[in-house]
Amino acid sequence: MSGFDKRVNSYEEAMAGLEDGMTVLAGGFGLCGIPENLIAEIKRKGTRDLTVVSNNCGVDGFGLGVLLEDRQIRKMIASYVGENALFERQLLDGELEVELTPQGTLAEKMRAGGAGIPAFYTATGFGTPVAEGKEARQFDGRDYILEHSIIGDFAIVKGWKADRYGNVVYRHTAQNFNPLAAMAGKITVVEVEEIVEPGELDPAHIHTPGIYVDRIIKGTFEKRIEKRTLRE
Amino acid sequence: MALTREQMAQRVARELQDGFYVNLGIGIPTLVANYVPDGMDVMLQSENGLLGMGAFPTEAELDADMINAGKQTVTARKGASIFNSADSFAMIRGGHVDLTVLGAFEVDIDGNIASWMIPGKLVKGMGGAMDLVAGAENIIVIMTHASKDGASKLLTKCSLPLTGAGCIKRVLTDLAYLEIENGAFVLKERAPGVSVEEIVAKTEGKLIVPEHVPEMVFA
Repeated sequence: MSGFDKRVNSYEEAMAGLEDGMTVLAGGFGLCGIPENLIAEIKRKGTRDLTVVSNNCGVDGFGLGVLLEDRQIRKMIASYVGENALFERQLLDGELEVELTPQGTLAEKMRAGGAGIPAFYTATGFGTPVAEGKEARQFDGRDYILEHSIIGDFAIVKGWKADRYGNVVYRHTAQNFNPLAAMAGKITVVEVEEIVEPGELDPAHIHTPGIYVDRIIKGTFEKRIEKRTLRE
Repeated sequence: MALTREQMAQRVARELQDGFYVNLGIGIPTLVANYVPDGMDVMLQSENGLLGMGAFPTEAELDADMINAGKQTVTARKGASIFNSADSFAMIRGGHVDLTVLGAFEVDIDGNIASWMIPGKLVKGMGGAMDLVAGAENIIVIMTHASKDGASKLLTKCSLPLTGAGCIKRVLTDLAYLEIENGAFVLKERAPGVSVEEIVAKTEGKLIVPEHVPEMVFA
């Protein structure tokens, strides 16, 4: 096959090269659009001392929450971690380090990391605990803080459809942080619901162009709903 | 009488304008969507990447890939768009959202807001709140005027760690609607049957009371 065929045949192959102490960026918002099988593979591999960058840390027993069970995460960089009892306990026991980051800053850190921008100024967090130890600067009379971008050794991403070239589209709000994580991984692994023939995806509608993607695998997904809410 | 949650939402809804893009925080702010006046069209932004949030789904419409920032299942309305988290916060941080409504623990006379962290209690995170307060020109804070034990939440200086500095100009409490100008709260309206004296007594920060303070009217 050509060098552009990003498909791999197993989850073991998809996460090959992940080592203790690495930084992993994960797409998803709550349990929506999370790379659930890639997370399960990290659990199976037993890789430890990971720094995980993701908006949230799953729930007890699902999503990134499963990586807490065997204490595989050393440090979590997230904007909100409120849905997870095991997380709270490890945090209070000092087994887990947490760097709380405003959600927009977290998204921009990944985007910037993938775009070759080492740091950026933002008004978000100025005058708050988030600004501690960070350079502050005024532009046009307004205060900003300097935030450093993030690059991951691995990015784990959940897409809807992809072709073998690694072009990816996401479904509805399952997009969230996924395209940003995809940009910022040294090795970006995308699991999708469907791998389609080249040409089936409209080139103008690709969310993540294949240049960001190293490995593609087709999975089956539970897609658990966190807060099932129906119209009355 | 102090305003009910529904009345607070109803009062804030009067600040909506046709064609507004609006971000509503979790809790009472979410209720504002129930009081959009007839004939007015507003587009709700949900920071996980949805502009044009619709109603909650029916059983048939339920879709795990379609949620709001509170992680509840939702639908998208006609005219909606969906995008990634960096684009979502570009809208917020770039000042493109017309009105932001969110809750708080405390606000002060310099427009500082504390809404995410109580020292000694477990901190779950700021989510998108710091981005929202730093990025929006037009913010309304909805909160109770005082805590259950009577301590004022409208202060000279916030006692809790801040969510944002100098960014709040308008506050609706269960007792009053106030604006923050030149280092003071200005009492603009009072809840039906609530006296100016009660509001003065429950406002710790400097409060300017105009000669006439109209009472809010609810249908």
